[in-house]
Amino acid sequence: MQQTRTSEPTGRRVLDTDAPYVLDVRDVRTEFQLEDGVVGAVEGVTLQVRRGETLAVVGESGCGKSVMARSILQLVDRPGKIVGGQVWVPVPPIDPETAKRRRGLFSRKKAPTIPVVTDPDAPEGMVDLLASDPEILRAVRGKRISMVFQEPMTSLSAVHKVGDQIAETILLHEPVTTEDARKRAIELLRRVGIAAPEKRVDAYPFELSGGMRQRVMIAMALACDPELLIADEPTTALDVTTQAQILELLKSLRDETGMAIMIITHDLGVAAQLADSIAVMYLGNVVEYGDLAEVFRHPKHPYTRALLASVPKLGQSRGRRLEPVRGMVPHPFARPSGCTFRDRCDFAQIGRCDVAPPPLLRDDDGHEVRCVLYEEER
Amino acid sequence: MGRYMLRRVGLMLVTLLAISFVTFWIIQLPPGDYVSTLVAQAEARGEVISPERMAAMRARYGLDDSFLVQYWNWISNIIFRGDFGDSFAWNRPVSTLIWDRVGLSFFLSVSTLLMVWAISFPIGIYSAVKQYSPGDYVATFFGFVGMAIPEFMLALVFMWIGVKYFGQSAGGLFSPEYVDAAWNIGKLMDLFSHLWLPVLIIGISGTAGLIRITRANLLDELYKPYVITARAKGLPEWKLLLKYPVRMSLSPFFSTVGWLLPGLISGETIISIVLSLPTTGPLLYGATLSQDMYLVGSFILILSALTVVGTLLSDLALAWWDPRIRRSYQGS
Repeated sequence: MQQTRTSEPTGRRVLDTDAPYVLDVRDVRTEFQLEDGVVGAVEGVTLQVRRGETLAVVGESGCGKSVMARSILQLVDRPGKIVGGQVWVPVPPIDPETAKRRRGLFSRKKAPTIPVVTDPDAPEGMVDLLASDPEILRAVRGKRISMVFQEPMTSLSAVHKVGDQIAETILLHEPVTTEDARKRAIELLRRVGIAAPEKRVDAYPFELSGGMRQRVMIAMALACDPELLIADEPTTALDVTTQAQILELLKSLRDETGMAIMIITHDLGVAAQLADSIAVMYLGNVVEYGDLAEVFRHPKHPYTRALLASVPKLGQSRGRRLEPVRGMVPHPFARPSGCTFRDRCDFAQIGRCDVAPPPLLRDDDGHEVRCVLYEEER
Repeated sequence: MGRYMLRRVGLMLVTLLAISFVTFWIIQLPPGDYVSTLVAQAEARGEVISPERMAAMRARYGLDDSFLVQYWNWISNIIFRGDFGDSFAWNRPVSTLIWDRVGLSFFLSVSTLLMVWAISFPIGIYSAVKQYSPGDYVATFFGFVGMAIPEFMLALVFMWIGVKYFGQSAGGLFSPEYVDAAWNIGKLMDLFSHLWLPVLIIGISGTAGLIRITRANLLDELYKPYVITARAKGLPEWKLLLKYPVRMSLSPFFSTVGWLLPGLISGETIISIVLSLPTTGPLLYGATLSQDMYLVGSFILILSALTVVGTLLSDLALAWWDPRIRRSYQGS
């Protein structure tokens, strides 16, 4: 097991701001088509992640952050449906040998076709996953972009050995033999800090603790050296000590491999420990985006400010009460018009916030906010 | 694992002994015995059996002995000599009587079972994956209708159709000219040409039921997080489906598969009577009516033995299928 170091402050990482995007999400919309009506879980999210960057997506439960993350690889189950937008990723290399392993049982197609890009705004060398062949999508899943989920107890198959589950990913994407894949699975287990990996490779998930299972999930996600790891609340189901260990592990793996991470969390502390930049989501929209330190120091959106005010700080005077965010998340069928946050906002302006959705404002440092309060500054 | 097996087999023997005792007791419960049935039959024909002859027969069959003595004679012969006794009505050893019919019963049941599996698993899986699609509604409709219609009625309808429109008798497993013939190619072909109808009739409700069960079990698994994990790896959809959720959804199936074992021998009694199939079902039914107690008792004992063996096989099959169960056995 890895040593736990939690109190150590995050060293400021130097990021290459010109690095190419590994993910460029544009105006993605995901709806849940229920019997009582349509709930828009993701209402036009636009986000980019650069090579090597760590982006934290934060927000309350039900704000659509998880659905947004799943929409990227089209993992939204019924009745959820992605109804619009683009997900641009670098074109994956397709090796005909391994492509065969990913081909469906009834598919007779010889080779996948990369869709011809007609959109003039299309980024170069990238492909829109939402518009491309399922085979392109399968070549990206697990290989270029991989995911770690919230529930390590149920996210692994209970009837398959963990080693086989890891090796499966490798076999799907790389032209290696079963023995080589197994050797790599052992190596991966060692890398994520599992003791006696030669033995554990043949263990079933129910023989491992929650923290170990999450390590196995991470090993599985790392199996093919992805460019981007999407971690959907990876520590939420774990106890605090294990949480810290898993975060530490993610951090060291990131520094080792240089992969980008998108971490979805409701915990601002987790975001602070890991991320370079942060996107704050409220009811399916990104309301504020920017450099992590900048957003934490100078939050702009009233929601971000309220969130930060609700977290205890070291050195805060004892008698002071924490301030919760006022009100409740509105019912999905009863969304306020205009700005969806106006009901809970201390600065809401009648005649302005309830009329039209707030504009997206961007300052020179790339700090974005979706609020009318900053319109005057321009 | 070895110790576990030993304990299970020991428990099985105790269970069987208890079942044999209760069975024998229940057979004796109704008033009268085999001789009184014979007397009633003779009277119906207008004959009279003298009291001396009745006494002689009772003495020969040991019917005047106490219940415990009769039970002991029966069970000790089975345990020590493997002799299930003679059938009063048929005047032949019970074992030869039963084994004569077991072959056909077994053949019929296995054919039915294979048909049921071959049809219901694919349809059930399709129905779950494409829930609420037109195909699912068709399967659901068929499923409910198939479960709701009593088999004997289906049998009667099919027989009526056969006689009315095809001028062909739908009953039995053989044409009249082959019934007593020795086995040859012709008889085999004749068997197959008759077999499909009982297989279809017996199989329909089982197929309908299994479609519903497969669908429900798979729907439970289909949206579990581990399926999303597998999808996120880049597995193609069908491979993923068969390897993960379908595999998990089969666990309840394996836990009951052994219970089919007694069913393979017992045959479908009502259908067999309606379609006059020479299986074991009608034999048991007739023997129960005439209080032919060694035949009934031995038959039920054999079925019970198959049930407990089937349960054990089921548990072993489940352990083989599901590592979680396997590990818990190894621990015990």
